[in-house]
Amino acid sequence: MLRYLLVRVGQAVLVVAGVVVVVFLMLHLTPGDPVQILFGDAPVPKEQVEALRHQLGLDLPIGVQFGRFFLRTLRGDLGRSLVSFRPVASDLVRVVPHTAQLAVASMLLAVVGGTLFGIVSALYRNTWIDNGVTVIALLGISFPSFWTGLLFVWLFAVQLEWFPITGYGSVKHLVLPAVTLGWYAGAVLTRLVRSGMLEVLRQDYVTTARAKGVPQHRVIVLHALRNALIPIVTVLTIQFGTLLGGAVVVETVFARDGIGRMLVNGILQKDFPVAQGAVLVVAVAYSLTNLAADLSYAVLDPRVEYG
Amino acid sequence: MPSWTRGSSMVNRSAVAGLIRRLSPGARAAAIVLVLLSGPLIWPKGLAPFDPAQIAPAEIFQPPSGTHWLGTDQYGRDILSRLIHGTRTSMSLGLASVSISLALSLPLGIAVGFYRGTFEAVVMRLLDILMSFPGILLALVVITVLGRGLLNAMIAVGIGQAPAYTRVVRSAVLSIRELAYIEAARAAGARNGRILWRHILPNIAAPVIVIATVGFALAIIIGASLGFLGLGAQPPTAEWGTMISEGRAYLRSQWWIPAFPGLTIGLVVLTLNLLGDALRDLLDPRLRS
Repeated sequence: MLRYLLVRVGQAVLVVAGVVVVVFLMLHLTPGDPVQILFGDAPVPKEQVEALRHQLGLDLPIGVQFGRFFLRTLRGDLGRSLVSFRPVASDLVRVVPHTAQLAVASMLLAVVGGTLFGIVSALYRNTWIDNGVTVIALLGISFPSFWTGLLFVWLFAVQLEWFPITGYGSVKHLVLPAVTLGWYAGAVLTRLVRSGMLEVLRQDYVTTARAKGVPQHRVIVLHALRNALIPIVTVLTIQFGTLLGGAVVVETVFARDGIGRMLVNGILQKDFPVAQGAVLVVAVAYSLTNLAADLSYAVLDPRVEYG
Repeated sequence: MPSWTRGSSMVNRSAVAGLIRRLSPGARAAAIVLVLLSGPLIWPKGLAPFDPAQIAPAEIFQPPSGTHWLGTDQYGRDILSRLIHGTRTSMSLGLASVSISLALSLPLGIAVGFYRGTFEAVVMRLLDILMSFPGILLALVVITVLGRGLLNAMIAVGIGQAPAYTRVVRSAVLSIRELAYIEAARAAGARNGRILWRHILPNIAAPVIVIATVGFALAIIIGASLGFLGLGAQPPTAEWGTMISEGRAYLRSQWWIPAFPGLTIGLVVLTLNLLGDALRDLLDPRLRS
């Protein structure tokens, strides 16, 4: 067990280090002179270009540059925005809670909605309830979130005026973005819980439980759901990644401050330090989620072997 | 079946008919939609009633009508014509990126699954790193490096999905590499190259076709998302995501401008997902979820 934990944590450390390498390479793989890229399209005197090159250490060998970048990143120094000149790290610290709030809210909606709809769908298999749930799930998987987001804005904010159109602050601001983002993940989960439940409900131990007179709701929650949950954790982790990626789009639709919007603006304005910082935070967050999920199998599934 | 009938066109035709009979109603509808889509894909000019780029100041913000079936946008351009021309842009984006993903993942996944060893360990760890850029993020990393635009979006989506494809290809190879017919080929003296080409490649076709179909749907969504964010196809190109992005400012009063491109994306993606499910059931019963 301890060996498994150590190996898995070691792997996560390597992956995070690899992520830092990829983020470092983003600027250096871009065709053209990095210093000129940092200046954008503005005509700059040659001496100034060389001065900045020296100041940023971009005249050093690439290995040394990477070493400095790595140590700097470890210290939490992500450089300054080329547009606002503010430190990227402090801007990230400001917007991370907004994205985290959105991701957690959509995840909760997806888990609660996906589990409930999945159970109902399995219990009322092949009835109009099951078919209705399937259609809702298929729509959630097929329609792009930037469009369903606009649909919700049109319906619930413009026509019905139940929620504000854009912005950040109250719970009301959170509802539409969270539903938009959670629909896809919830849809995937619904399908999975449904097939998992159908599988488990056929098992002998469920028949046994029923035969000895265990009430229906206890059979479903204690016997069936618990065992249907194991594959769901894996999918939830992947879905959490999809949510983080989807936040990029949804934050733009709802003009909500967050990492995703910061990243898109960074790319649009060719603000490399901002884009790099945002990518780094999302990728590291996702790696750590993966680690947490792997470790949680140990608790959920006694059959996992720690090789 | 005697070997001499194999490859005869009559047998193939009845096999295709048999496949179609075994499709679910949803999958059959999906197949019909795909056939219909090939029209605007191949010959948009012939089908579109108007020039998709024609600006007509007198015609702006027309609601759907007999002349403009799906209305006109803020420049008076006919939305149906732009959708039809956008089919070619958006579907080519999807096709091109799926091809790029396959071109990267097939050789790599097969090599990794077949030769294994340190090579496999190193490649899989590198893929772990790339897979920690979730969803659209790896595509955004590539866009940051290459810059925006339709062509770069194709490359970005293609590279972005390639790690996931590689994993599928590898596990498909792993599941067959120890089977008796591979061993038999080896015992018969076949070299690795021949085994890979004649025995491994045809037998991993099923999962590859399934992931390419579902991946096509995903590539269309990611490509349209990039267009929507202003990082993919650029206006005035008629592309579904860009059309929604241009139309969102008019959501309040001219709902038809963003509505129809979104419905089109949803319909196409739904079609491809249904088809992917059907192919999964048809080609490989073991893949059924």
